[in-house]
Amino acid sequence: MKRSWLVPVVAALVLLALPPLLSPYLHDLVVKIAIYAVFALSLELLVGVTGLVSLGHAAFLGIGAYVTVLASGDSGGSVARVLPLAVSGAAAYALFVGALSLRTKGVYFIMVTLAFAQMAYFVFHDTKLAGGSDGLFLYVKPTLLGLSLDDKRTLYYTVMLALIGSYALLALLQRSRFGHALAGIRVNEQRMRAAGYPTFRYKLAAFVIAGALAGLAGFLLAVKDGAVNPELLSWHESGAVLLMLILGGIGHLRGAVIGAIAFTLLKELFQLEALLGPLASHWQMTLGFTIIAFVALLPKGLIGLRRRLLGGAHG
Amino acid sequence: MDLATFLVQCLNAVQYGLLLFLVASGLTLIFGIMGVINLAHGSFYMIGAYLAFVLAPYFGDWFVTQLVVGVLLAAAFGYLLEWAFFSFLYQREHLQQVLMTYALILVFEEARSLLVGNDVHGVPAPAWLAGGFRLGELMSYPWYRVFASAACIVVAAGLYWVVNRTRLGMMIRAGASNRDMARGLGLNIRLLYRIVFAGGVALAALAGMIAAPLSSVYPGMGGSVLIICFVVVVIGGIGSITGALIASLLVGVVDTFGKVFFAEYSGVGVYLLMAVILVWRPEGLMKRAY
Amino acid sequence: MAESPPLLRARELTRRFGGLTAVDQVSIELHVGEVHAVIGTNGAGKSTLINMLSGELRASSGRIELDGHDIGAWPQPKRARAGIGRSYQRTTIFPSFSVLENCRLSAQAAQPRPWAVWQAAQHCAHSVGAAHAALAAAGLADQALRPAGLLSHGGQRQLEIAMCLATRPRVLLLDEPLAGMGAEETERMLALLAELKRSHALLLVEHDMDAVFRIADRITVMVNGAVIASDVPQRIRTNPDVLVAYLGEGH
Repeated sequence: MKRSWLVPVVAALVLLALPPLLSPYLHDLVVKIAIYAVFALSLELLVGVTGLVSLGHAAFLGIGAYVTVLASGDSGGSVARVLPLAVSGAAAYALFVGALSLRTKGVYFIMVTLAFAQMAYFVFHDTKLAGGSDGLFLYVKPTLLGLSLDDKRTLYYTVMLALIGSYALLALLQRSRFGHALAGIRVNEQRMRAAGYPTFRYKLAAFVIAGALAGLAGFLLAVKDGAVNPELLSWHESGAVLLMLILGGIGHLRGAVIGAIAFTLLKELFQLEALLGPLASHWQMTLGFTIIAFVALLPKGLIGLRRRLLGGAHG
Repeated sequence: MDLATFLVQCLNAVQYGLLLFLVASGLTLIFGIMGVINLAHGSFYMIGAYLAFVLAPYFGDWFVTQLVVGVLLAAAFGYLLEWAFFSFLYQREHLQQVLMTYALILVFEEARSLLVGNDVHGVPAPAWLAGGFRLGELMSYPWYRVFASAACIVVAAGLYWVVNRTRLGMMIRAGASNRDMARGLGLNIRLLYRIVFAGGVALAALAGMIAAPLSSVYPGMGGSVLIICFVVVVIGGIGSITGALIASLLVGVVDTFGKVFFAEYSGVGVYLLMAVILVWRPEGLMKRAY
Repeated sequence: MAESPPLLRARELTRRFGGLTAVDQVSIELHVGEVHAVIGTNGAGKSTLINMLSGELRASSGRIELDGHDIGAWPQPKRARAGIGRSYQRTTIFPSFSVLENCRLSAQAAQPRPWAVWQAAQHCAHSVGAAHAALAAAGLADQALRPAGLLSHGGQRQLEIAMCLATRPRVLLLDEPLAGMGAEETERMLALLAELKRSHALLLVEHDMDAVFRIADRITVMVNGAVIASDVPQRIRTNPDVLVAYLGEGH
C-alpha cells in the first residue's frame, strides 16, 4: 500500500532537480507539460473520479488566464492577489455552468458543457472586453514573495510546486469521504441517492473544484506565455485535454500526468519535418489517426498497456 | 426599425433556422436511433459547402441538378463511412465516441486542406436566382434566400413524410424505441442504421451546399455549425425531429435579432436561450416524440 | 399484530403516465414489528408503488406520511436520511468495490462530512462500524474484503439488503429480495427478515408465494394498479376476489 507513494514522490524529486540539466528549449517544454498536467489533473477529477465527461473544460483554463492578465493590469501584482482572482473567476463560471449543465445527463451533459464553453469563447472573441480575437499581453508578470515570475527558474519551481500541490490535493480528495462518495456516484448514482446522498451537490462541488484547478493552470499558462488569446477557450483545447486523459488512462491520477506528457510530445513529434516530411504541416491528420487507433486498440490508455504487458490481474 | 427591415430580419431568421434544422435533424436522428454522439457532423456540412464550391464550375446554372448530385455523393459517402467506421462505435461508451469522432474532425479538416486548401471561397448563386424582390422603399430580399427556405421546407416535409408515412419510417421508429425487439422481428438493423446514417450525412451536406452561396466557404464552418446544432438538439430534445424544428427556428430568431440589437454580444444569445431552457425543461422541449 | 401507529402511511396514492394509470388510489400502512407484503401479477403497479414511497417517482396525487409528517415533496435522498431504506429488484451494488466498502459507502450517507478531506474514508469510525454491523446482520461478515462483483447471486442479494441496513433505516422497502435465490439462500433471507421485523417496518414485494405466506403479517393484493384486498394472510387465502383475479379460478 505504501508503495503507491513511491513513484510520485520520486518523480517530484526528479522534477525539482532537473533545471540545471535542461537546455532552454527543454526547460520551456517541461514547464509547458507540467502546466498541462495540472489542467489534465483538474479534468480527471470530473471524468475519472466522478464520471462526468465535460467537453468544455477549456473555458475555465481560459478564464483563469484572462483574469490573470486583466488583474495584472499595467503594473503587475503579487501572486497572492492575482492567483486567487484567477481561480475565483474560473470557479465562479464553473458554478454557473455546473448548476445548469448538471441538470442533464449523459450526452446532453457533454453537449451542454461544450456549448457553455463556446459561450465564454464568444465573449472573449467577439467583444472588446478583453482584446477581441487578438487577445491580450501580460505586461508585468506577477511576483511571488518578491521574486518575479519573469525569471525562468522561479517560474519553473512555481509551476512544479503547483503540479505537486494539485496532485497531492487530488490524491487527498480521492481517499477522503468526499472522494469515495464521488466514486460511488460514478459507479451507481441511483444507489447513492437511495442511501441518502444529495448527489447534485456533490457533483457540483466536484465541478467547481475542477474548474478552480483549471483556473490555476490558466494562471500559470498566462504567466509563462506572457499573453492570452481566445483560442485558449476553444473546443479544440477542450478536446485536447480529454485526449490527454484517455492517452494516459482514465481512473488514475498519474494517467492525467502521463497523458499530458504523451500528448505534448506527440504533438511535437508530429510536427517534426525531419520525421514526417511533407506530412508535418498536416500533423492534425496524423494526430487524428493516432487517436482513432489508440481509442480502438488501447481504450485503457498507456497505464492499461503497462498493466497488460506486466500481466496484471485487473482488466 | 421599420416594417420592411423587420420583415427582412424575420425572413432571415426563418431561413437560417430552416438550414440549421436540416443539419440538426440529421444529428438528432443519428443520436436518437443509433445512440452515437457524432462530433464530426459539422464536418459533413463543411464537406457539402466545399462540394458546392468544387462542383459549381461544372454545373453552372443547373443548380438543382448540382444539389441532387451532391446529395447522392454525400449519401454514398455516409453509407461507406458508417460501414467503415461508425458501425464500430455503437457499443462504445460516450467518451470514446466523443474522442473518435473528434479525431475524425481532425482527419476531415486536414483532408480538405490537402484537397482544396485553406482559403475562403465565395460560391456564386445560379443566375436564375440572382437579384431579389422589393420590400418597402429601400430593401430588397434575395431570391436565393427564398429558394433556400423553400428547399428546406420541401426537405422537411419529405422527412416528415418518410418518418411518419412510409415503411422505412416505421422501421426507423421501431428501431428507435426497441432495438432488440425490432431485430427479433427480422428488421435488418445493420442496413437500417446505414441508411439512417447516410440520410443524416446527406441532410447536413445538402444544408452546406445550399448555404455555400450565402455565407461563403471557409475552414471553420463545420465547428461553428456543430455547436449550434448541439444547442438545437438540447433545446429540442434528443431524437425529436419536431423538437429540432421548433428549436432551430427559435435559435434562428434569437441569433438574427440578437445580431441586430446586441451587436458584439449577439454570439452569446443562443447559449443564454439554452440556459433558460435548462432551468425550465432540462430534457428539452419535446421528449422523444416523432 | 402491531397496535402502534403506522410509521409510514400512504393514502390514495395515484400515478399516471400519460393516459395510463399505473397506480390507482392505493393506500397502505407500515407498522414497526410487521411485515407487509404486496403481491400482484406483473404490471400490477407494485414497482411503481415502491418507487413512489421511496421518492424516485412523484405521485400524481395522494399523500405519504412518515411519523405523521407529509413527505410527498421530499426527494429520495432526504427520505433515505429520514429512515426510509430500499433494496432493488435488480441488484444495484457497486461491483468493483469490496463488500465492506459497499456497506461503508451506504453508511457514510448518514454522517457524510464531505468537507473533512484530511481524513481517509477507511478511517471513518462511524461508517466502518455501521458497515461491519450491517454485514454481520446480513451474514456476510466473512466476505467483507471480497470484490462485490465476485459474490454469488444470493450473496449479492444479501449485500443489497446489507447496504440497505447500513443506513440504519426504520422503514425497509424490499423489492423482490428473494429473486433468483435457491432454497437454502431463501431460508437464510427469511430468517433475516424475521429478525429485522422486530425493530423495523417492512414492506415486501414478492412473487414467491410460499415465502410470502410464511412471513407476512399482512398482505395487500394489487391488480391493474388498484388494491383488491388487504388483510391477514389466512383471510387473503380464502378471499374470492383474490382467488379469481390472482391465483386463478379453481385453485
